[in-house]
Amino acid sequence: MSDTLAIALRLLAVFVVFLVFPLVIGQTEHKVMAHMQGRLGPMYAGGFHGWAQLVADGVKFAQKEDIVPAGADRRIFQLAPAVALLPYLLVLVAIPIGPHNAVGQALDAGIFFVLAVMGVGVLGSLMAGWASANKFSLLGGLRTAAQLLAYELPMLLAAASVAMAAGTLSLPGILDAFHWWWVPWQIVGGVVFFTAGLAELQRPPFDMPVADSEIIFGAYTEYTGLRFALFLLAEYAGIVVLCALTSVLFLGGWHGPFGADGLGWLWTLLKTVVLAFGVIWLRVTYPRLREDQLQKLAWTVLIPLALAQIALTGIVKVVIS
Amino acid sequence: MSRPSPDHPSTTPSKRPRSIPGSGLAKGLAVTLRTMTRRSVTAQYPDVQPDLAPRTRGVIGLFEENCTVCMLCARECPDWCIYIDSHKETVPPAAPGGRERSRNVLDRFAIDFALCMYCGICIEVCPFDALFWSPEFEYAETDIRELTHERDKLREWMWTVPEPPALDPAAEEPKEIAAARKAADKLAAQQAAEAEAEAEAEAEAEAEAPAGTQDTPDRDTKEEGT
Repeated sequence: MSDTLAIALRLLAVFVVFLVFPLVIGQTEHKVMAHMQGRLGPMYAGGFHGWAQLVADGVKFAQKEDIVPAGADRRIFQLAPAVALLPYLLVLVAIPIGPHNAVGQALDAGIFFVLAVMGVGVLGSLMAGWASANKFSLLGGLRTAAQLLAYELPMLLAAASVAMAAGTLSLPGILDAFHWWWVPWQIVGGVVFFTAGLAELQRPPFDMPVADSEIIFGAYTEYTGLRFALFLLAEYAGIVVLCALTSVLFLGGWHGPFGADGLGWLWTLLKTVVLAFGVIWLRVTYPRLREDQLQKLAWTVLIPLALAQIALTGIVKVVIS
Repeated sequence: MSRPSPDHPSTTPSKRPRSIPGSGLAKGLAVTLRTMTRRSVTAQYPDVQPDLAPRTRGVIGLFEENCTVCMLCARECPDWCIYIDSHKETVPPAAPGGRERSRNVLDRFAIDFALCMYCGICIEVCPFDALFWSPEFEYAETDIRELTHERDKLREWMWTVPEPPALDPAAEEPKEIAAARKAADKLAAQQAAEAEAEAEAEAEAEAEAPAGTQDTPDRDTKEEGT
């Protein structure tokens, strides 16, 4: 009985995080982006500096008519937003936020599970692109597919490097094995992982598949109302997952600097928030990469770097053991 | 600063100086971060009134006492948005036996701000200073006909006309003030010269007749005092 209750509580906590954090990051993006562009951003909704802007947006999306195009593959079209969003919820379950088993569900092959399920999220865009019966959607879907192929590889390789260093696939296991000098040791892998993750989320500057000024939001062209909102939510949930995962794998998760581990989950939170700020910052600063530049960056820069990181990890591992 | 300067010997003019890879990306990040720390430039207009310059062209006010119905403004207006109606009145002669004078009386003065393009020619051209710019700008209407402001409304705008901005410290004196000052100075100098001459004349007279009556000097000082 108490086991069931404990599991229910953990899942509830994960679900609350899943509902709240993407909105917090979305609001932060509104404000940070505005101030980086010399604007103020939302100022009215909710009274104080537009804190309820995303709530208002949600209400607006819920009121809109849910349209399915006549030529669309109806079931797939309607299913796609869920496929895009739910994997991130599943990934959140497996991410440890603090010491002493503070995780939704500890998995032995956690890193494997997390990366596999994150890859599924992109399938949502693919399904939407194919099922919409719209040329822009199809173009966006194909670009998504190309981007997934190109960036999944460096992401996996970079994560594999950490798994090699720790000698385990379990995320809490990796954190238990963590030492401060892992950060400089795995820094290249960390940068590759984070960049590839950004590309997989289709965040600017890697937003060629959704490029609103060229192919009208790509795979999401035909979506309206709540389903469109779910796609947007998936993007922000993806940011939460990517930042949390990067901080767990490469920045030591709940380990503080200089042995100050006392704060526990606050360290994870802090690192995640700083990384999320970085995601927003990159979005504001850089223009969109062209499709060929996107592919070139993945195949000629990120993959060699990830391979070099694996070699370095292997050498150091052999030397110190 | 990517252009090689001619006094820099290490850079050849055909080739840009090599920089550290990624320095451009870092520069971009620095720009956005710096912008974030600065004050944003957004004007929160309905909540915060804008800080307008004194010569803002918001709306045109009419000071109708100065208007002589000369029609110059209506004729110079490029899009004919000023409507003036008037009639003539005969004024009885000022002095008995004089001639009767006729005078223009303003019946209607209206500006159609739906047509007005805020060029300000009417204000420039008015020889009697009857038209003025006012910085007020919140007079949008839901009906376009309401944008034709009649003379009562134009007079209301007149009370919102700000004082002319003060002159620069080293600026030349305005022509009319300079002329008035010149006249006043001339008058004062003339009076001073007269008073001096009078005093001299009296002093001479006193020197010539030292055994005068006692009350004469008293009267003299009184006269000088006034």
